[in-house]
Amino acid sequence: MSEILLQIDGKEVKAQAGMTVLEAARSAGINIPTLCFHEKLEPYGGCRLCIVELESRGSTRLVVSCVYPVEKNLVVKTRSEKVDRIRKMVLQLLLAHAPDAFDLQELAQEYGADKNRFEKEASFCIHCGLCVRYCAEVKKKNALGFIDRGIRKEISFIPAIASKECWDCKECFPLCPTEALQAAFVLAKAFF
Amino acid sequence: MVNDRIDQIIDKHQGEASSLIQVLLEIQSENHWLPKEALERVSEKLQVPLTRIQHIATFYKAFSLVPKGRHEIHICVGTACHVRGATRIIDTVQDMTGIKPGETDLDLKFSLQTVNCLGCCALGPVMDVNGKTHGKMVPSKIADVLKNYS
Amino acid sequence: MPQINSPAELEEFRKGILSKRDPNKPCITLCAGSACHASGSGEVAAAIEEEISKQGLSAAVDVRKTGCHGFCERGPIILIHPKEICYLQIEPKDVPEIVSETIKENKVVERLLYTDPGTKEKITHEHEIPFYKNQHRLVFGSNGNIDPKSIDDYLAIGGYAALAKALTGMTAEQVVEEVKKANLRGRGGGGFPAGSKWEGSRNAPGDIKYVIVNADEGDPGAYMDRALLEGNPHCVLEGLIIGGYAIGAHEGYIYVRQEYPLAVENVHSAIRQMEEYGLLGKNILGSGFDFVVKVHQGAGAFVCGESTALMTALEGRAGEPRPKYVRSNVVGLWGRPSVLNNVETWANVPMIINKGADWFTQLGTEKSKGTKIFSLVGKITNTGLVEVPMGMTLRDIIYTIGGGIPGGKKFKAVQTGGPSGGCIPESQLDLQVGFDELTQAGSMMGSGGMIVMDEDTCMVDVARYFMDFLTDESCGKCVPCREGMRQMLKLLTNITQGKGKEGDIELLEELSETAIEAALCALGKSSPNPFLSTLKYFRNEYEAHVKEKRCPALSCKELIAYHIDPKKCQACMACLKKCPVEAIDGGKNRIHVIDQEKCTKCGTCFEVCPPRFGSVQKISGEPVPPPIPEEARTIVRESKQK
Repeated sequence: MSEILLQIDGKEVKAQAGMTVLEAARSAGINIPTLCFHEKLEPYGGCRLCIVELESRGSTRLVVSCVYPVEKNLVVKTRSEKVDRIRKMVLQLLLAHAPDAFDLQELAQEYGADKNRFEKEASFCIHCGLCVRYCAEVKKKNALGFIDRGIRKEISFIPAIASKECWDCKECFPLCPTEALQAAFVLAKAFF
Repeated sequence: MVNDRIDQIIDKHQGEASSLIQVLLEIQSENHWLPKEALERVSEKLQVPLTRIQHIATFYKAFSLVPKGRHEIHICVGTACHVRGATRIIDTVQDMTGIKPGETDLDLKFSLQTVNCLGCCALGPVMDVNGKTHGKMVPSKIADVLKNYS
Repeated sequence: MPQINSPAELEEFRKGILSKRDPNKPCITLCAGSACHASGSGEVAAAIEEEISKQGLSAAVDVRKTGCHGFCERGPIILIHPKEICYLQIEPKDVPEIVSETIKENKVVERLLYTDPGTKEKITHEHEIPFYKNQHRLVFGSNGNIDPKSIDDYLAIGGYAALAKALTGMTAEQVVEEVKKANLRGRGGGGFPAGSKWEGSRNAPGDIKYVIVNADEGDPGAYMDRALLEGNPHCVLEGLIIGGYAIGAHEGYIYVRQEYPLAVENVHSAIRQMEEYGLLGKNILGSGFDFVVKVHQGAGAFVCGESTALMTALEGRAGEPRPKYVRSNVVGLWGRPSVLNNVETWANVPMIINKGADWFTQLGTEKSKGTKIFSLVGKITNTGLVEVPMGMTLRDIIYTIGGGIPGGKKFKAVQTGGPSGGCIPESQLDLQVGFDELTQAGSMMGSGGMIVMDEDTCMVDVARYFMDFLTDESCGKCVPCREGMRQMLKLLTNITQGKGKEGDIELLEELSETAIEAALCALGKSSPNPFLSTLKYFRNEYEAHVKEKRCPALSCKELIAYHIDPKKCQACMACLKKCPVEAIDGGKNRIHVIDQEKCTKCGTCFEVCPPRFGSVQKISGEPVPPPIPEEARTIVRESKQK
């Protein structure tokens, strides 16, 4: 496998072809915040928290590091005014759903995100997709999935499958950043 | 809808998972809605997880997981119709039928849906009932149109 | 049906068709496009068949149902060939006269002709009508001459000559070069150079490649792809096969929205006829090139018009877009190189091959070549589909071709580019239409929707409308779009309802920035455009809504009240009778008063008050005058005093 040299935050990083910028950064011990990323799952690119700035030929552009493939001589900045501004807004938007979620609160402190910027929303779910993707890709049970789209999108258990599989598994529960999953499971139980 | 008919539709599309949406469109078109049993049958025959079918059946507006009314009212909310006053038409139809877009009334008489651009912009605002287009709609004309449907 | 096995046989066959057609034989063509159909062309068609047969003219007169002519405001439209006499707004009862006078006696029925609104002159021929005269209908013009269900009609006008030339007279590389030289830019929204896209796919590794027609046409208010696909499916298919040859794809897909049943039907019938003639399948025209086409219907999702979402839908999944860091012309459908282009883009290809890139580049501006079909709709006199060369000014399109704003109202803005576009105000009416020109003005070309707005249109409501549309259509995967638009819609709705606060506009601007910089796909990235462009040119309207709780256009329901001017009311009871909630008090000779508590602001009273009285007015930003005292409400008629 060929080696690719790139620069992240001024540090030279050696990566393999096929890696993403996020993977390359992690391998070099450089931290980029994520919510929807998990090593066992295909990258999702939904939360946009891992956004970074690329410099090339005098101009900068923003890319989502968990899905952007490494390239030779890439110059990456994991923090900048723009990057921080975007992360702050993303956090504020998510805090409207889950103001007490530990992961969100931690990041909110770092980026100065105000949990009251937006009025509270009814649903705890922040659509990181970890539960759905874990059950599909790792457990291969497909006990829960997404329904609908846009602001109406929700996670939904399939009672027939969940009643057989979930009690003995529950491996997705600790993945959920906001405990929305527990709420959905309890709700689905009502239909068993 | 009987399983045999569903199987026929699936076979027509060579039982390919990529034809999932086309299969569901045919079932929807014939049956006017997608019962849970139909989704389960499709999942079984096409070897596709039920979650994927559920996502598709709720993601796309063409599908309905509940039975539709005898008369389907579609009101165009394309930009041209909007600018010519489609919102007032929706409000009036809502008041008269008691249902909001996406709903069916309790007697299963009317189903109301908004659509984006029927391509009859010259006739805007446009209201379509059971495929019959009523153009140049104004709130005062709505009662006359709806009373023809029992 | 004969199989056509070589370009020579194609020409022979074409000659055969033409030899059986007498160009002087009278032919009645009737527009059977969806819009005219909605205006009643189906009944007119039946009337024509009946009358022709009744008068024993079935052998002497041809009747042809064609695709959309474009002048949808005046449909149903009939053209009588060979003289090209154009009759507008035809009803079944007009048909006997048309047959007796025009067909049998060669006399023109004056009352059915177009009347010039200025000179009052009657115009006989279609191409002289101002609506048509100033257009350049290279792609769309054929619609009026062919029955989309007849492949022979398409062959009669020269169809498939470009296919023969490309497959047997040019190499694939030469075809790509020609399209590149023509600088054909995508007509679906992106304006990306088609030739470069094709070249990228051609050079991408892999044996299996695809070409795809994007007929999802989701922009509300835009229906040109529908009219093209319904009226001339063959020119799109011809372009598609040429594209397949150019990149090395043997399989094509047409993704057409299921809301267009006639287009789906006509495309299927065209494919069937092509297969019968051997123009699809193995060894087309003896060139050794194989090609098949499959039709896929959409299922009601605007986001599927985005190229990666469309490919995901073709794979039988929910149409969620993918990141475009690796372009889809290299990794596309099923991970293979795929060229996706819009219907109109494909429709331009046969012309470019037939007449050459040099001919094509003569039309248009420096960076935007050829023509573009726009759907000119909204507050406009001549609603319809117009095809103009790039570079024509907005003013010419709206006034010279469109006939200006009806009802004596004042032009306010023209919205282009659909939900990803923006509004262009009066000050920019002399803008030359083109991809970059429109983008620089804060809007974009998009698929060609051109919605004209007048003084009665509230621009804040326009932004809210588009945000509402996009929130409904967002796939919901990424935070900046799903959550960002959720909040933007709330803010805009509040503003239109009089609940806007200080700081709302700034928050909207912040959310706009986040969406533009961080959203996953073009839907999310361009979602703030309607807000940003209306804010740029109509900031005063936003401020009136927020600070004064006033809607300057007198449109936002929560900010207006209907009031009957007691000085003008003549107590005719028209509004009283029609009010759906019986909110109007009054009677014969008793001035009417609207009970503001009961009023639902439906606008019926405003609509039905006779224009000569015009006593219903809309008030915004100030309190409604209290009703006049009872005694003053009785109207004493002069005649009664005698």
